[in-house]
Amino acid sequence: MNELPGDLIYTSEHEWLRQEEDGTVTVGITNHAQEALGDLVYVELPEVGQEVSSGGDMAVVESVKAASDVYSPVSGEVISVNEELADTPENINSDPYGDGWIVRIRASEVAADTMTPNEYQEFLDALDE
Amino acid sequence: MPFIPHTDDDVRDMLKTIGADSISDLFDEIPGELLIDELVGVPDALSEMEVMRLMRARAEKDGAPLCFIGAGAYEHHIPTAVWDIATRGEFYSSYTPYQAEASQGTLQVIYEYQTMITSLTGLDASNASLYDGASALAEASLMAVRANRKSKSKRILLASGVNATYQKVAAAIAGAQGLVFDRLPLSIENGTTELAALGDAGEAPVAVVIQQPSFFGTLEQMDAITNWAHEQGALVIAIVNPTSLAVLKSPRQWGDAGADIACGEGQPLGVPLSSGGPYFGFLSCKQKFVRQMPGRIVGRTTDLDGKMGYTLTLQAREQHIRRSKATSNICTNQGLMVTAATIYMSLLGAKGLARVAQASHAKTVSLVSALTSIDGVDALFSGAYFHEAAIRLSKPVGPVLQQLSAQNILGGYDLSAHYPELANALLVCATETKTDADIETYADALRQILASQD
Repeated sequence: MNELPGDLIYTSEHEWLRQEEDGTVTVGITNHAQEALGDLVYVELPEVGQEVSSGGDMAVVESVKAASDVYSPVSGEVISVNEELADTPENINSDPYGDGWIVRIRASEVAADTMTPNEYQEFLDALDE
Repeated sequence: MPFIPHTDDDVRDMLKTIGADSISDLFDEIPGELLIDELVGVPDALSEMEVMRLMRARAEKDGAPLCFIGAGAYEHHIPTAVWDIATRGEFYSSYTPYQAEASQGTLQVIYEYQTMITSLTGLDASNASLYDGASALAEASLMAVRANRKSKSKRILLASGVNATYQKVAAAIAGAQGLVFDRLPLSIENGTTELAALGDAGEAPVAVVIQQPSFFGTLEQMDAITNWAHEQGALVIAIVNPTSLAVLKSPRQWGDAGADIACGEGQPLGVPLSSGGPYFGFLSCKQKFVRQMPGRIVGRTTDLDGKMGYTLTLQAREQHIRRSKATSNICTNQGLMVTAATIYMSLLGAKGLARVAQASHAKTVSLVSALTSIDGVDALFSGAYFHEAAIRLSKPVGPVLQQLSAQNILGGYDLSAHYPELANALLVCATETKTDADIETYADALRQILASQD
């Protein structure tokens, strides 16, 4: 799964965002992020209704070797969380852009400093060098 | 002799590799005003011989008094085998065994320890121990805030019988993270939490702490308080005496749903009083909170050859991996104390521990009966107690304790220090170590002191 989905935008913290038709934003972590973490064993989700701020902690993804914060790329209110991750955190490994979504946020503020798929690919290439 | 294996050349090479000029550059994140040049008030180093002489002289000052003080640390008989085994070289230098392939024996001891603690508390998981009972309460409180995010509160509500020192320590450790510790009122009649006050307890807390037996030795109505706390959306933290759990209900059985976290002081399990430490704290919880549990946890697994093995587990949130965002940065496990406790519990078994608990209770009943038969001594509270009880003297407690001490008797803990409303109140304790003659000795001395006119 090396292709970056073209309908998403990306952050330098390796999160992806999808602008939904109803104006909400779905957020997850990228394939690169899940590969770096390794097999996920636990995801700590925010509470529905919780206010998150751009750049602030939103969730924790835990693998056998590391626990990492997932930062919110936008400010707003959490309107839905992917409850299935409580039992199947490995969905983030197997399908980071689909079943591995983490939260949906009603954004009060558009994300700053995001990247297009091409820009994120260049960003990843530069990390490898 | 410095125990640093690197030569000056090694250090130079390493600094060059990472591009630092000096070792002090590695600490430049620390603001200059926080650095000190010397440790004021710390005397010059002593030789081993001088230290031995000093410590021996200080140890002799302790003497071998007849001790009736409990108040959080308890004198129990420790079978000689406990420290004989614990001080073997294989165990004596034990510390957190990060390197599983070299530490199977130590890891297995901790695993057995964790199993024993969960058997006592009835809960699902235990960590590898903490510093002491007071810091275990601090960690349990921080853990409760992380685990109970639905509650927006950082208020921890303490039953009236929570050890006042534990409250101070917990506030010192967790206060800077916004946790506030409030206390429910004490029923002066029963020496337990005033249940009528629950309806008037203010903002719904994130957790309610119940100490059982209470600091006064009395038995709280933990079922009612546990159910009330859960109705408020609070978690329940139990502070328990491990010896008492051999005969009392386990925290898992409190109320309808059981306590969520149980912690306490492990010293009664084979650790000598030793002028106050080192002791160890224990911490256990329901399975669903295990990822919020701080400290080391040992797990059992099978290796590639299918053989049973032990290793640290659930470490991704621990300080050596997650650094400043770890579940705790101020905890460790007390490897040696836990080794002794595990051997102690193994030697006694469940029945042996129950006999210790029953004997301690029976001796305390005898003690209270002997003391309250003296003119000028009354039981302070009505109701049941475990191995400690409060009595009221006809005179201020301080001078009486001094006169007892002059006769080589440590008569108990003066409650008026922390509880001014309990004037002339003395907390006394007898464990299985006290004979009927010991109790007689104490009662005779107290009778004479109270009868004298000064």
